Amino acid sequence: MQPEDQTLDQVVFELEIQIKNADGLHMRPAMQFVDLASKFESEIVVSNDQTSVDGKSIMQMSMLAATCGTKLKVRAEGPDAKEAIDALRELVEVKKFDEPAPGEKK
Amino acid sequence: MKLYARNVGPCPHRDDFTGESGMKLADFVCFEATVSELQAADRDAVIAELVGALHKAGRLGKNDKDKVKRAIIRRENEASTGMGKAVAVPHVKHDAVSRPVAVVGLSRRGIDFKALDKQPVYSVILLISPTDNPENHLKAMECMFGHLLNEKFRSFLRQAATSAEVEDLLREADENPSL
Repeated sequence: MQPEDQTLDQVVFELEIQIKNADGLHMRPAMQFVDLASKFESEIVVSNDQTSVDGKSIMQMSMLAATCGTKLKVRAEGPDAKEAIDALRELVEVKKFDEPAPGEKK
Repeated sequence: MKLYARNVGPCPHRDDFTGESGMKLADFVCFEATVSELQAADRDAVIAELVGALHKAGRLGKNDKDKVKRAIIRRENEASTGMGKAVAVPHVKHDAVSRPVAVVGLSRRGIDFKALDKQPVYSVILLISPTDNPENHLKAMECMFGHLLNEKFRSFLRQAATSAEVEDLLREADENPSL
């Protein structure tokens, strides 16, 4: 993960993250994502193959409808871009939205 | 083999949702169950009214009706599905259905859904998805939110006066997503 562009306070970080919980990015995980993204000052944009949405909008995030295994590109731009990307990656890939992975019991 | 025997209602439905273009509203919204003027004044009663409409349309068994209602209210208590802009999308995954089924309800007085923006809700789309197919649930959500993001769609939906107008709007949105 390298900053693409760096000025005094505008930093851009971009990272591909994979949905790992069995039920995918349904509304509750989408809300967790939005809640966390909204804590950061940086602008957060999340993209799949077809579309890019505002990572702080629950309606837009729900529209991504990412299934388990889907890879999303997360781009953060702003003074806390790196912290935002790190936190969002942990929520999606490590905590898996506190949901089971495929085959795990609920 | 999949059993679809519980879906005895008149709503026409495609047998699969594997089309390239994704799911359409008409694939899972039960138009016969639309409630164009909700009588209920609070959230739980609205959920009961809409689940009751699905039961009346033949989409839910009598025994499942109360279970589904309770499950949706439980889900709603965990986190509100009133995501702002006067819209709520209460939903649950339940064995009572073998494919996603949704019903539209419109309130003239506005309902307190504990929405994120703390504003009353005028348009409700209630969705029930099977427990064993997270992909189809996500496709139905993708379809709903895709349209709900469109301000014109939200505005037309809220202003629809009859069930027929709701059906016309949803079918038109399927054909022309930008309206």
